[in-house]
Amino acid sequence: MAGLELLSDQGYRVDGRRAGELRKIQARMGVFAQADGSAYIEQGNTKALAVVYGPHEIRGSRARALPDRALVNCQYSSATFSTGERKRRPHGDRKSCEMGLQLRQTFEAAILTQLHPRSQIDIYVQVLQADGGTYAACVNAATLAVLDAGIPMRDFVCACSAGFVDGTALADLSHVEEAAGGPQLALALLPASGQIALLEMDARLHEDHLEQVLEAAARASRDVHTVLDRVVRQHVQEASVLLGD
Amino acid sequence: MALEMRLPVARKPLSESLGRESKKHLVVPGDTITTDTGFMRGHGTYMGEEKLIASVAGSVERVNKLICVKALKTRYNGEVGDIVVGRITEVQQKRWKVETNSRLDSVLLLSSMNLPGGELRRRSAEDELAMRGFLQEGDLISVSFTLHSSIFMFALGQGVLVQVSPSLVKRQKTHFHDLPCGASVILGNNGFIWVYPTPEHKEDDAGGFIANLEPVSLTDREVISRLRNCIVSLATQRMMLYDTSILYCYEASLPHQIKDILKPEIMEEIVMETRQRLLEQEG
Repeated sequence: MAGLELLSDQGYRVDGRRAGELRKIQARMGVFAQADGSAYIEQGNTKALAVVYGPHEIRGSRARALPDRALVNCQYSSATFSTGERKRRPHGDRKSCEMGLQLRQTFEAAILTQLHPRSQIDIYVQVLQADGGTYAACVNAATLAVLDAGIPMRDFVCACSAGFVDGTALADLSHVEEAAGGPQLALALLPASGQIALLEMDARLHEDHLEQVLEAAARASRDVHTVLDRVVRQHVQEASVLLGD
Repeated sequence: MALEMRLPVARKPLSESLGRESKKHLVVPGDTITTDTGFMRGHGTYMGEEKLIASVAGSVERVNKLICVKALKTRYNGEVGDIVVGRITEVQQKRWKVETNSRLDSVLLLSSMNLPGGELRRRSAEDELAMRGFLQEGDLISVSFTLHSSIFMFALGQGVLVQVSPSLVKRQKTHFHDLPCGASVILGNNGFIWVYPTPEHKEDDAGGFIANLEPVSLTDREVISRLRNCIVSLATQRMMLYDTSILYCYEASLPHQIKDILKPEIMEEIVMETRQRLLEQEG
């Protein structure tokens, strides 16, 4: 769309946020009783649902079992009604496989897989509404779901996207900002130690700007962590009260 | 056919109605539990940079020098003396693979089973071939772990299986209960609960492979269905499951129709009444 300015002179973005401001995050754990762990997250208008099964016996080929750690299996799927135009997405297509692989790499870094050798952990993520930052929403939802399932993790995995417009780094891009074609970066962070679980960018960005964008993404991920931390604590508090002391 | 529809309504957190806070030390992954290196680390923790860090979300439990974090819900961890209810998933060469809601499937060895007739002999090739005659894929069994290699188990006949989280099943002296309302339950430690009609006479166990296929009467079926719905309501409201709580819930549900028990408002009412009765009883 010509003439749409992503960052106004006063420093406001298309939806009225500031450069480093996140969208409103609402999350809930334990949405499905039948799964080991489940969570639902809304980041602005992006909605994602994550379900975790495991650790359990490896189904299918026994040969895939790893003798010293658990196998993490991630599957990403996007609902047909998730984008502006209704589009049927077959299960094995490139984008789903790539996202599944990225999620797997992210969670293999965070889950303490050595504690469960020869077993399998399944993480299924589905995007119900995509308004930018789908990878981040998936990672955040999956973190909550893994926590809900009681699977030991090194730390939370918090993710956020970032872009670069007019010399300023923007955090948590919406669909409009992503579609504008500027550089965008997705970062998944373990907040306590500051370690990066995954960093992904496939656009052109001058290396002088990289540090600034990375810093914005890291700060945004830490903000996400604050919100998720509060959600988890509330959930644990409530469950603890119900079970009785 | 009667149809019931309801519109979405905002749920209020369950603990609000109880109105009390938890007194335990609650942690989430990444939280530092302690920087004192004198402690031994148990489940749910790991050592990182001279600090003891939590790896699951739950409450911290300290026993002398051992610190562990008990997660809200986990898969079942087997312990000696437990009773579990499991489902056969595979028949392998000299053993069966049993699914018990744990991290890996459990293994039931042919050599550890009592043969019909109670003979003690080496298992021959014919026994191996006859394995499928004893237990097939999809059968439900109830097993108890004992210290020695032999175990006490029997196959389950007619009844209803309810799957709940293992953390909701209270540890008790016995897990087999004959409830006065007319049915029996087996509370498996792994969260699998089996509700079945009370057998008329206790047949001496010859391994108990022969399933009783006599038709179950309507009154018994109603009792079993009501019990099953009560167990599901208790589990939804995250209450501990043991014979007393299930019985009180059953009695509290009698004024309602069996199918109404699963409606959210009635579920809350029944469980609230159960909670009150249990509190009164404890003093």
